[in-house]
Amino acid sequence: MNVRKYSTQYVGRTELRSALRVFIFAMACHGASAATPAAKVVEITIDKVTFSEVKVTLNVGDTIEWVNKDVVDHTATAKNKDWDVVIPAGKKARLVLKKAGTFDYFCRYHPNMVGKLVIAPAK
Amino acid sequence: MFRKLSPALAVLLVSSAAVFAQGGTKPTDPQIAHIAYTAGQLDIEAAQQALKISQNKDIRAFAEQMVKDHTAVNKQALDLCAKLKVKPEDNDTSKALSKQAADKRAELGKLGGSAFDKAYIANEVEYHKTVNGALEKTLIPSTTNAELKSLLQTGLKIFQGHLQHAEHLATLVK
Repeated sequence: MNVRKYSTQYVGRTELRSALRVFIFAMACHGASAATPAAKVVEITIDKVTFSEVKVTLNVGDTIEWVNKDVVDHTATAKNKDWDVVIPAGKKARLVLKKAGTFDYFCRYHPNMVGKLVIAPAK
Repeated sequence: MFRKLSPALAVLLVSSAAVFAQGGTKPTDPQIAHIAYTAGQLDIEAAQQALKISQNKDIRAFAEQMVKDHTAVNKQALDLCAKLKVKPEDNDTSKALSKQAADKRAELGKLGGSAFDKAYIANEVEYHKTVNGALEKTLIPSTTNAELKSLLQTGLKIFQGHLQHAEHLATLVK
């Protein structure tokens, strides 16, 4: 009985220590994310066969959301072939930015439609 | 008004790509709507022929896109005409376009394999050049209704995209 009791107390302390560690870790993470603004979603409208301009600074981790207001399907295709997003007529499609740099892109269906994403490293 | 141009137009039609009236009397909005709709419809028919004959993946994808895009733009045009109470009016340019397209389909229908693919995409380049030129120089400047004009301007951008796409494909099809 004694042995069992001791053992139970011991396990209890270990759990407490683990829980404390998790708590401290969670607090640290929370502190880090509070100091950095959350990754944002930036909208690019497609209207009359034109990609709207991006007027904010893009960072790795941000998401682009293309909103296609046209009656025909379009794509946002990186010239360097890194990504190829199809945006059906009247729909939306997203891309998470994974690499910093300047990316020229176009629509594969209507190659006269061109755009550019300038992506800074993650904040 | 438009009929006065027909003899001159007929000559142009047979001899060259200058299917559309240039200078002289301007076409009316109902005639313009009819021409634009017909031009789209004819490209859909050309694409449907390509989908029956071609085995080339890129050609088929292009043809499918032509069906989808022109169907969508034509639906938008018809909806707008209904809203504006504009009744598309048949005219000699629409008739000539249809005749020319029927002749082309008959010509292409005799081909198969890569010969068809090359002829189809070459015709798509020429056809879009002709229609886009007409939209830009004659039809859009002659359109009086602002909404119809705007629709045709967006249509022109879409068709200019088709032209670039077709030109690119033409370099790939051997």
